[in-house]
Amino acid sequence: MKKVLLLTVLFLATAVTYAGGYRVSLQGNKALAMGHTGVAVINSSELVFFNPAGLVYLENKLSVSVGAHGVLADVSYQNSATGETAMTEAGVGTPFYAYVSYQANDWLAFGLGIYTPYGSTVAYEDDWAGSHLVNNIALQAIFVQPSVSIKLSDKFSVGGGPIYATGGVNFNKNLNRTLVDLDGNRSEVTLEQTGISNWGWTASAMLKASENLTVGANYRSEIVLSAEDGDATFENIPNSPLTPFSDTTFSADLPLPAELTMGLSYKHNDFLFAFDYNMTYWSAYESLAVVFGNDTPDSVLLRNYRDASTYRFGLQYEASESFTLRGGYYFDESPVQSGYFAPETPRNDSNGYTAGLTFKVGDRLEIDASFLYLQFDEVDASYDYFVEGSGGPAGLINQYSSFGGTYKSSVFVPGLGITYKL
Amino acid sequence: MKNTIKFMIGLLAIGLVSCEPEFENAVTDEGFYDAGDADFSNYVSLGNSLTAGYADGALYRSGQEDSYPNIMAEQFGFVGGGDFTQPLTSDNLGGLLLGGQQILGNRLVLSADENGNPFPAPLAGTPTTDVTTSATGPFNNMGVPGAKSYHLKTPGYGSVAGVANGTANPWFARFATSESTTVLADAVSLNPTFFSLWIGNNDILGYATSGGSGVDRTGGSEDLSEYGSNDITNPVVFTSIYSEQVDALVAGGAKGVLLNIPDVTSIPYFTTVPPRSIPLDAATAGAVNAQFALYNGALGQLVAGGFISPEEAAIRAINFVEGVNYPIMTDVDLTDVTAILIGAGLDSETAALLGQLRQVKSDDLVVLTASSVLGTVPDPSNPLGIVGVSIPLTNQFVLTSTEQDRVATAGAAYNATIEGLAAANGLGYGDMKSALAEVAANGAAYNGGLLTSTYVTGGAFSLDGVHPSPRGYAFTANTIIDVINTTYNASIPKVDIGTYGTVTLHNN
Repeated sequence: MKKVLLLTVLFLATAVTYAGGYRVSLQGNKALAMGHTGVAVINSSELVFFNPAGLVYLENKLSVSVGAHGVLADVSYQNSATGETAMTEAGVGTPFYAYVSYQANDWLAFGLGIYTPYGSTVAYEDDWAGSHLVNNIALQAIFVQPSVSIKLSDKFSVGGGPIYATGGVNFNKNLNRTLVDLDGNRSEVTLEQTGISNWGWTASAMLKASENLTVGANYRSEIVLSAEDGDATFENIPNSPLTPFSDTTFSADLPLPAELTMGLSYKHNDFLFAFDYNMTYWSAYESLAVVFGNDTPDSVLLRNYRDASTYRFGLQYEASESFTLRGGYYFDESPVQSGYFAPETPRNDSNGYTAGLTFKVGDRLEIDASFLYLQFDEVDASYDYFVEGSGGPAGLINQYSSFGGTYKSSVFVPGLGITYKL
Repeated sequence: MKNTIKFMIGLLAIGLVSCEPEFENAVTDEGFYDAGDADFSNYVSLGNSLTAGYADGALYRSGQEDSYPNIMAEQFGFVGGGDFTQPLTSDNLGGLLLGGQQILGNRLVLSADENGNPFPAPLAGTPTTDVTTSATGPFNNMGVPGAKSYHLKTPGYGSVAGVANGTANPWFARFATSESTTVLADAVSLNPTFFSLWIGNNDILGYATSGGSGVDRTGGSEDLSEYGSNDITNPVVFTSIYSEQVDALVAGGAKGVLLNIPDVTSIPYFTTVPPRSIPLDAATAGAVNAQFALYNGALGQLVAGGFISPEEAAIRAINFVEGVNYPIMTDVDLTDVTAILIGAGLDSETAALLGQLRQVKSDDLVVLTASSVLGTVPDPSNPLGIVGVSIPLTNQFVLTSTEQDRVATAGAAYNATIEGLAAANGLGYGDMKSALAEVAANGAAYNGGLLTSTYVTGGAFSLDGVHPSPRGYAFTANTIIDVINTTYNASIPKVDIGTYGTVTLHNN
């Protein structure tokens, strides 16, 4: 009971999800505790995500890993030129995962994973200084991935499988910086669609180069979530033919970018060292272009993300029969380029510090706990490409305005999971 | 071990809930911004419609919220500023009632016809702000629309009873603390630590917007009881009244800023309708000229008779050409030759028409409201009676160059007084005249655009063409904050004027 209470306290805390962009790198408590390394770590069925080729090297017939993370994230904003301040409102993101692997025979294994690699929950106070860019956004994507792992030799295996992605988005922003109705209420739009789905795939390889050294590579394809016939709801629109906004449908593409991971692990006595390198192909995210179903002018928010790297280091120590201790560090490069720093993905480069442990309860059950502290420096940044758009007489429109200031993020992520081996 | 885990999780939870990202130097930290040598804990603003936040031809609630004193007071909040109260109206319509009877109309909004052509129109609706039932002051914002310099010291200017008979101001009557009090007395009773004073605009503006339909009292009467609402206040009177006001405000040790009077002729009310506005083809121009041939001929005889000078004759000569023409007008500064023309045998109606007739010149200013009469045919039974072609624009529609000079002369005298008193009292001096002139001439760049004085599209002015838009008021607030920062070694942050609106779009 006490534990439940404590967890409740935890989850009451706050919100914003992430790793660079809207990638949420929280796909396993064991891996996260080691800096979210795992492409060359043969540990548990978390391999379904990190490297399905490695499943075939797992020692158990059946391995199940289930867990979740509580993302406690906040962003503070201030502009010293105007004195404006803002802070994201409390909420919580709870990415989860469930993996199962099954050893069919000596050279063949199957796996199934359900996980949430992309998502975002950011909520500012309505009508805050940057409300023309975002009031609040909630983006979820769930991946379902059946996998197969084939041992081609004692040292080399390949794996992969299709990915079914399903997701939804709810995005609210004010139309521009000044448009109001007669009573001064800011004009706004809400874009909402659920049940958007698409297919992708993953492929990987693993090489047990020596007794102690393992090398792995994993590629996950881009999946574009295409909203079509979503609901666009306009509110507080002036009663004027000069502001032709009315409720309609919308379509928009949101790319969930491809990711390539390469890494290695090295075992020495009770220690295991792991290194992963991620390349996330964020350059696919050029703009958030919203096309409306009626005469409402299209909205194009330029993003111009660039491909971004992440460098991950992890260490594992088998302290005793029942305890395994883990620690890690990673450097997460932001895909956001100068001048494109938008408050709905307010991310600069960050340093991730991780720790965790596994406690063995008997032979089959393990409890995995992890903790991530993501450290951000203050950053002076701006989004320089907002177009005021329609909503005023000609001459007041079609100029870029800039929204910027100083941002500071903080992210804490406790996680808990279980691993069951048979 | 289980207990240890519980303990750790609990510790984490406590740590996390209290772990919000904090800036090394937060703008909310004490001392991030500096009040310098001034004390903003009790700011009081005095002035006229500009200070009240009047816009779109009315005083309405959201306009008041975007008044420059209110914007400044919000920024003063970063350097120890206190609450700033305003005599807020009851709605966003702007019309005013006196004992349930509507005495002033609603504000203007930008409407559009079926073809999308925009035009200003009064907002429909029944206003709820009543002079007789409003909350009493004093308020930190003591801006009273329509007030001239001497009105701030006129007892009874806030008398409800005086509103009906025209001796009192309805807006001040809403919140005056007594029937006999003055704006200045109510303001001083607040014991301000900081004040702004922007008064004197209406001492010339009434004359200007009425096309010079008043008396220029410069060098003339100092007896206020003789003054009409469109007169130019004698600068001697202005100096005397204004210095008394400043004395009263600084008596308690308050610091403040004095704001000078902008050039009224750079506002859209005077710059939107061009002096040349009557398009005619060659045949029509010829026909109209034939109508004025007798008048043009008579001018020579008037010179010969010594009634007018040759220069005046040249000014009065009428000539229409193919293309866009200057309309005809009545100029009260011309010699009135009506009686002479009657004596020469002209009927009195025609003689009156020609008595002070000339065409508008390129340096005259035609007011915004002339756009609704120019080229119209007021008498349907006489299709040849066209305003500007055969019917002269009346005096109220044109501010002639002579009249502009009178406005400028008085304005310059007021500003010399204001600047001198600012220097003598160690107060800030806001050169609003130069700031507005810059907006009118080159525009002021801001984040996302260029603020100009162009009607509707320029962004600086509301639909009445005289008063600023919220964006224009934000620009005003920034201009004054600059002066305060310089004068008092303060570092008050300014606002992003691009986040303030301009004109309100609405179809009734």
